Amino acid sequence: MISRGFFGRRRPAEVENRLPPGQYLVTDFPVLSAGPTPHTPLDRWSFTLEGLVGSPVSWSWDSFLKLPSQAFTVDISCVTKWTKLGTKWLGVSVDTLLQSVHVDGTARYVMAFSDGGYTTNVPLAEMVNGQAFIAYQFDDKPLAAVHGGPARLVVPHLYFWKSAKWVRGLRFIDHDEPGFWESLGYNMHGDPWKEERYSGD
Amino acid sequence: MQPALEWQVGEVTRVRTETPRTKTLTLALPKWMAHRPGQHYDVSLTAPDGYRTERSYSAASEPERAGEVDLTVERIDDGEVSPYLDDVLMPGDQLEVRGPIGGYFVWDVSLGGPLLLIGGGSGVVPLMAMLRHRAAQKAPIPARLLYSSRSAQEVIYRTEFERLADGDGELEVVFTFTRHAPPGWTGYQRRIDPAMLDEVMQSLGNGVRSYVCGPTLLVEAVSNALVAMGLPAGRVRTERFGPTGT
Repeated sequence: MISRGFFGRRRPAEVENRLPPGQYLVTDFPVLSAGPTPHTPLDRWSFTLEGLVGSPVSWSWDSFLKLPSQAFTVDISCVTKWTKLGTKWLGVSVDTLLQSVHVDGTARYVMAFSDGGYTTNVPLAEMVNGQAFIAYQFDDKPLAAVHGGPARLVVPHLYFWKSAKWVRGLRFIDHDEPGFWESLGYNMHGDPWKEERYSGD
Repeated sequence: MQPALEWQVGEVTRVRTETPRTKTLTLALPKWMAHRPGQHYDVSLTAPDGYRTERSYSAASEPERAGEVDLTVERIDDGEVSPYLDDVLMPGDQLEVRGPIGGYFVWDVSLGGPLLLIGGGSGVVPLMAMLRHRAAQKAPIPARLLYSSRSAQEVIYRTEFERLADGDGELEVVFTFTRHAPPGWTGYQRRIDPAMLDEVMQSLGNGVRSYVCGPTLLVEAVSNALVAMGLPAGRVRTERFGPTGT
C-alpha cells in the first residue's frame, strides 16, 4: 500500500544498501533495556562457558582481558528499527573462547546469559567463524554500562537484542530454547535482512 | 510457533491535537486485537517508488475500546516519519500497521498493584494506556503517576489526568516541570530525583510494581534510584528512547 503523501528520506545508495528492510539510519547510539542497568563490580565479574562442554571454564575480568582480542567494525540493527553503521568494537571472538573448552558434538544452540537474568538464544553455527564476540570496548573506550558494559555479546548479523548486554556466559544446549525476548513474542532467530522481528515472521 | 503478526490497513478516524508537538491518531483496525497496556504497534510507510520505512508507537488507548487504537505521536522536527503522521495524515487516510507487540513493559489489572508509573515527555503514552485500562476496569488499585515535562504546554493528556484523578481516591497524578513551571506553580520544578520518588511512593506501601518510560537519562536515573531504594529489579520495568527516536 502506498502511503498518501509520504515520500521518505532517501540516503545515498551506499547507505541505503546497508539498511535492512524497514530500518532507518541513526548516528547516535540509542539505549533499549527492559529493566535497570546492572552494575557488577569488575572484581566480582566472571565469564563462563557451561552446559554441553567437557568441563565448564570461567575467566575473571583480569584473565579475560589477557585473552587475544580483536578489533572489528560492524553495522548493527535493533528490532526497534534503528541501524547504526560502522560501529567500532574491541573484544574476544567466541572462536578464541572455544579453544579453552571441548564443546560436545550434540550442542546445537547457545543460550547467552547476563547479569539481571537476561537470556537470548543463538544457533551455535552462527556464533563461530568470526560471527560473534564478547566486546568490552566501543569506539576505543571501555563499554559503558548502559550499552552493556563491562562486556556484551556482539552478534552483528542478528537483531541487536541477540547481542546480550552485561553478558556473563554462554550455555551450550542441544535444542533451541527461547530466551527473554523470544519468550515474549520476538523471533527465535532474528535475521534483520529477512525481517525476522517477531514470532512467526 | 505463534502465527505471524500480520500487517493490516487501518483507517484514520480522528486526529486530535494534544500539545503543540503531539497529536493522537485514532485508527480503526479491521483485524483489531485487544492489546495489553504498554504494548506498541509497528507502523509502515511506503513511498510511490516502493521505498519503505517503519517505526513503533505505543498504544495510548485502553484495550476495552474494541476495534480501534490510539497512537500518540510526538513530532521530531527533523524526523522522517513523525512529521508525516502528525502533519499529513488526515481522517479517512489509511495507515499500515501491525501489532500489538511487546510482552514485558505491560501491565493490566490482573497483575495488581500498587502501581508506580514514571514518565518523561512522550514516555507517558504507554502509561496512559495503563491508567485508562485501570479506570475502565474500575479497579481500586493504588496508583501514582509521576510525570516530568519541560513545561506545562508540553504536558500530554493533562485534562484527562486531572479528571481521572479527581474521581479516584486511589490515584494520584504528580507533575514536575524541568524548565518552565506555570505561574503560581507550587509543585515540583526539577528533574525526578530520589527524594521526589520517595515522597510520591510513600503512601503506596510494599510490593510496588513500577514502569518507567522516557528519555534514556531519565530512565537510567529513575530505575537506578528505585533499585537503590530497595525495589527488586524485576519490578522496575523500563522503556527508553534515545535522542533519536524519530
